[in-house]
Amino acid sequence: MEKRYWKGVEELNNTPEFTRLRDNEFFEHLPVDEVLNKKAASDSSTTRRDFLKFLGFSVAAASLAACDAPVKKAIPYVSKPEEITLGIPNYYASSYYDGTDYCSVLVKTREGRPIKIEGNDLSGVTKGGTNARVQGSVLSLYDSARLTSPLKGGQKSDWKTVDADIIAKLTAAVSAGKKIAIVASSNASPSAKKAIADFSAKYTTATLATYDAVSYNGVVKGNEMSFGKAIVPSYSFDKAEIIVSFAADFLSNWISPIEFAVQYGVGRKLRNGKRTMSRHIQVESTLSLTGSNADSRYKVKPSELSSAVAALYNKVAALAGGTSISAGSSSFDKAADKVAHELWAAKGKALVVSGSNDPNEQVLVNAINNMLGSYGNTISLDSTCNLRSSNDGAVVELMQAMNAGQVGAVIFWNTNPVYTMPSMSEAIAKVGTKISLSDRNDETASKCDYVCPDHHYLESWGDVEPYTNRYSLMQPTIRPLFNTRQAAESLLKWAGVQVVDYYTYVRANWEANIYPKQSGMTSFEAFWTKSLQDGVFAATIPASTPATFVGNVADAASKLMKPSAGADVVLYEKTGIANGNQANNPWLQELPDPISKVCWDNYFAILPAYAEKLKVVQGNVIEVKVGNTAIKGPVFLQPAMADNTIAVAVGYGRTAAGKAGNGVGFNAYPFVTLSNGSLSMIAANATVTKTVEDDHTLAATQTHHTMMGREIVKETTLSKWLRDSKSGNEQELIDSPYGKKKPEELDLWATTEKPGFDRPNHSWGLGIDLNACIGCGSCVVACNAENNVPVVGKDEIGRAREMHWIRIDRYYSSDTTKENAGEKGLGKLSMYGEMEKPGSDNPEVFFQPVMCQHCNHAPCETVCPVAATTHSSEGLNMMAYNRCVGTRYCANNCPYKVRRFNWFKYSDNDQFPYNMQDNLGKMVLNPDVVVRSRGVMEKCSMCVQRIQYGKLESKKAGRRPKDGEIKTACAQACPTNAIVFGDFNDKNSEVNNLFKDPRSYHLLAELNVQPSVFYQTKVRNKN
Amino acid sequence: MHKESELRPPLILGEKTWHDITEDVCRPVESKANKWWKMAFTVSVAGLLWWIISVSYTLGTGLGVWGLNKTVGWAWDITNFVWWVGIGHAGTLISAILMLFRQKWRLSINRSAEAMTIFAVICAATFILSHMGRPWVGYWPLPLANQFGSLWVNFNSPLVWDVFAISTYFSVSLVFWYTGLIPDFAVIRDRAKTKWSKRIYTILSFGWVGTAKNWQRFEEVSLVLAGLSTPLVLSVHSVVSMDFATSIVPGWHTTIFPPYFVAGAIFSGFAMVQTLLIIVRKVLALEDYITVYHIDMMNRVILITGSIVGVAYITEFFIAWYSGVEYEQYAFINRATGPYWWAYWSMMTCNVITPQLFWSSKLRENVFATFIISIFVNIGMWFERFVIIVTSLHRDYITSSWTMYHPTWVEAGIFIGSLGLFFTCFLLFARVFPVIAMSELKTIVKTSSEGAKKKSNQSNH
Repeated sequence: MEKRYWKGVEELNNTPEFTRLRDNEFFEHLPVDEVLNKKAASDSSTTRRDFLKFLGFSVAAASLAACDAPVKKAIPYVSKPEEITLGIPNYYASSYYDGTDYCSVLVKTREGRPIKIEGNDLSGVTKGGTNARVQGSVLSLYDSARLTSPLKGGQKSDWKTVDADIIAKLTAAVSAGKKIAIVASSNASPSAKKAIADFSAKYTTATLATYDAVSYNGVVKGNEMSFGKAIVPSYSFDKAEIIVSFAADFLSNWISPIEFAVQYGVGRKLRNGKRTMSRHIQVESTLSLTGSNADSRYKVKPSELSSAVAALYNKVAALAGGTSISAGSSSFDKAADKVAHELWAAKGKALVVSGSNDPNEQVLVNAINNMLGSYGNTISLDSTCNLRSSNDGAVVELMQAMNAGQVGAVIFWNTNPVYTMPSMSEAIAKVGTKISLSDRNDETASKCDYVCPDHHYLESWGDVEPYTNRYSLMQPTIRPLFNTRQAAESLLKWAGVQVVDYYTYVRANWEANIYPKQSGMTSFEAFWTKSLQDGVFAATIPASTPATFVGNVADAASKLMKPSAGADVVLYEKTGIANGNQANNPWLQELPDPISKVCWDNYFAILPAYAEKLKVVQGNVIEVKVGNTAIKGPVFLQPAMADNTIAVAVGYGRTAAGKAGNGVGFNAYPFVTLSNGSLSMIAANATVTKTVEDDHTLAATQTHHTMMGREIVKETTLSKWLRDSKSGNEQELIDSPYGKKKPEELDLWATTEKPGFDRPNHSWGLGIDLNACIGCGSCVVACNAENNVPVVGKDEIGRAREMHWIRIDRYYSSDTTKENAGEKGLGKLSMYGEMEKPGSDNPEVFFQPVMCQHCNHAPCETVCPVAATTHSSEGLNMMAYNRCVGTRYCANNCPYKVRRFNWFKYSDNDQFPYNMQDNLGKMVLNPDVVVRSRGVMEKCSMCVQRIQYGKLESKKAGRRPKDGEIKTACAQACPTNAIVFGDFNDKNSEVNNLFKDPRSYHLLAELNVQPSVFYQTKVRNKN
Repeated sequence: MHKESELRPPLILGEKTWHDITEDVCRPVESKANKWWKMAFTVSVAGLLWWIISVSYTLGTGLGVWGLNKTVGWAWDITNFVWWVGIGHAGTLISAILMLFRQKWRLSINRSAEAMTIFAVICAATFILSHMGRPWVGYWPLPLANQFGSLWVNFNSPLVWDVFAISTYFSVSLVFWYTGLIPDFAVIRDRAKTKWSKRIYTILSFGWVGTAKNWQRFEEVSLVLAGLSTPLVLSVHSVVSMDFATSIVPGWHTTIFPPYFVAGAIFSGFAMVQTLLIIVRKVLALEDYITVYHIDMMNRVILITGSIVGVAYITEFFIAWYSGVEYEQYAFINRATGPYWWAYWSMMTCNVITPQLFWSSKLRENVFATFIISIFVNIGMWFERFVIIVTSLHRDYITSSWTMYHPTWVEAGIFIGSLGLFFTCFLLFARVFPVIAMSELKTIVKTSSEGAKKKSNQSNH
């Protein structure tokens, strides 16, 4: 029998109530009739008054609802992507390479947005290091000046039209027998090189001219002349016991600065029982970042630098038993003998480098290195550096061809000659079809017929081979923001190469050419996945072998630059802006120059004594004229420069970079001249005239330059330190009724308890090794990115209101010290006056990164009326922005002056048109960190969001956080590992070990504020 | 009846009767404003408008419109705050301490001095609010019950002590002042001829009828309030000084600050009283009540407190040297010889040298000289606070952060505007409130007036 189920007892009994309910759709009677019936309506109890009341209420309610905040579109994932969990960052390995800097990076993405660049520890080249430019590059992705589609004749167009046009024009150029020129910066990408080859196969008249605004042609040609190889060798600064650099700014710009900074740091650090450090001698005209780190520094006028190299050659040759060459005289001559002896003593472990772009000078440098046995030890010609392949000769030839009307089409790839090379901009006017692959309508692109905007590297596929057999992959971390196309893909498209996309092309290239170089993995898929995940792949690195020097030293010496009689102009690159390709990046513009501390400007830097001779003061606008090139700009008084020298940074004075970069400073590239077939950064025999123009204000973050005899940066020399590991760090004890005591042992209240807060679980802290810090500013930009630090612009910097949470203080030594004031017959008042002046001749330079010291006896915490800044049980000094009322008492009472006040609403304020002010720029914000409002105080939080994240991760894994697992942004960005973060409660942590070192000290320890940050004495390797 | 020596100078000149006093004091309230008042009022209101514009601009845009920076977090704002609070102190000293000491000469000046206190504290309070980054949450330093979670104020912070000190000071001063006004309001009420003034003064006088019981209660309340106010004279500026003294900024961290600040406050307060009353006695024709003797007495206070302040300045230098602390020594050398040397020497000239001129009785009794010197003292005391705040902050421990401070027009606007606010209040006060405590003054007519002394002189012969 079929089973029956009842919905309830009612159905079983079939009660009348149940039947009624079952038959009616609605449970209760609906008053439909009453509503529709006119009579019923008139009988209704709803009066006119009631109606008006309801009407009034509804209108009020509707208007109130309309007053709500505007609706922001936040679209949730309908189906969750497998790899994205909201709130959890993803990291992708990629590579940064823009023709100047190379860095293997990890890209941190949040909800699909790249927001931070970290160094990739797996890289054998950059080893986890970064620099300011790489750190800042993530902001360039969200640059509103980027083109959103291809341009044709300056108008927006589409790829189809542009491609068809270009193919037609290129084909026409080839059939007319005219050249097609590709003007590109140095290119180290195997796949891109292959793409160019494919392009050249289709368009047979295509030629490549590698043009770098700041050229390394001298190194390439110099090696060709010396060893028959037109390459850039690889250098090992870590293996060198003595480094002599002739104006090579290898920590900031020269060849591969991140890699060299990492290596340099290895040689400089005195950690883990290492008791030796490299000796660094710098011979230069301007005060570079590298020179300011040197143990000994010699000042030489720019046009005498070649003579200085020749002088050293002669001295080394004398020791090696070689013949001497004719050399001009320079102010280095007296020191040359001593330096030569030092080098000779470290034979095989010495390294001499030169920043010159003159091949002949490079030949001499190679010859010196050859005599010192550097090849095979500190320099390798076998593993070549592909990062710089400038070919100035090809550029000159191309310009001649252009002027002769032989060039039918030109393609500009990652280069901007209209801005960097005025003579080129005249020549390209004579070219039929001009195509730019620039990501923005820059100075060159705006003169081109077609602009085919390239992806940003964070949207791109690609690869780099920085050194022989070292490979590095680039992968997109976000879908292209705009209708752009990768430059190499454009070339392939025009070449008619049938590929799906550039990804396939790169992958195919790796399968064909790179996969066979390894044997560990048996499937390409596995190899590709691993390479992509690691970001790098290293095949067998060729062993470094001694080289045979075949150069003609005497010939090279005869062609060297002769010392000039007058003033010389020397061009240099700043640590932030470099050659100017990221000029529209407000983080980099606002990064203080490591030496001058000036932001948002370039200037003519001259020695104060020279300024006196010229009768100019800082801010005066002068006109500097070399040949027919005259440029006006403000004067900056730079101690430690060579006399009769005017140093000026390139990369400024952009006119079509974007709203942040346009009109910042002035363009100094016109001073670049062709000399010995190379683009020279030195222009001799300049004349200087003071103009009548109004003074120019330079905005600097630091306006006082000496330590005034205070022990802010403690220093010693290597020999003293070897005798006494506490040398330079003798702590002053305080007289008390209980005898001489350390400050932290004294308390106003007699107490048996341990003073300060308990830190039972963790006690976070930072150790900063002043011996390893090179002052590069990588940490500053990393902190900006990590902590949503606002950019405030030049005016606000000029008012001393920069918002950086970490700053790098730069001090000069002064001629007068407290010790020698008596000998000089100075009274106390005049002593202080004299101590304010940086050393007149060649002062030493000190760098000191300063962030919130997270005092455990914090002066800021006690004075806040509303308890907005308080102490955590983990040794952190915390800020509750929402509680802050903005009395600024904490900032006044901070002895380190690290607190930053929001004077304005720095976000959403068109007074500050930078990254936080448009929706695109806001994509870079770190969602883990609050964007601060107007009127509140902010400061370094020791990246509390990272600490919290690390703690949660380890908690999930059921363990304590491992040492080194959590890193602050500054510590992570540091190429020399000068900043170490860790837990003092972990007895084996690196930070604890460093703290036990006798070099460790607390800044202003005598105040007994008990900071969680400590410093380590700077040791100079000199007598 | 109490009899006073004829050698003592009379406190009321002319042979005044009680009725004369009533007439003289009520005249400004009952008559129409003269052109001098109108001119002064116009200028003051213009200043007030400038103040409103400057403050609104600051509130609307952000504190960035001031010249402060990362190193100098306080400058004109707190300078002005301390200056105004200090000025207020003379009123309280006159009405409380001089009352307890039974100094009769206070009776002609206490009313205006107290009014000055109230208005000065109001001006000071505006700087507390406007210097905040987020003044719309300016009530947070008050220990109020709230729903923000278990949030309480930080009782360690001197700024919280300041909140208590200033608010207590303001409320006690206001009550004290008003209590004294009640019998005088009753007099105006009784003399009022129009309906509205009658009504208003009826309300203001709280039903005073002048019975013996009224007077007895009045005396008791006055005494109690004087007792309450007396410690405030010393405590308020001590607490204000602790805003600096409890910090670790070299030049601020000084135990001498509380007495030094109190002396400075009384010094500046009396100078301001002089500045105001020399004008008031002229404009409102009250020379018979605010006599040269009064001016002389106040000049003596200025001389004493000015000397205390001078000694304090020198002591600070001595202690800086004696401490052997580098930062402390540099802070003081920098004050005198650094980039702000002009501010320091303005302060020294105005505060230490000019009051010493008052050793000469001729100058003490010279109204014009007093007026000029009182202005100097006002300027000097403003510079004192500027010197303490700005020159200490702009070069403290870490030399890399040393910087300069340059004020903007907005800060100048708020300062000059606060003078406008002050004088607007004071001029309104002079028109609608009795500027001399006439009921109390009448108590000494029989003993200390010129008339009484003449009479007693005659009866003795």
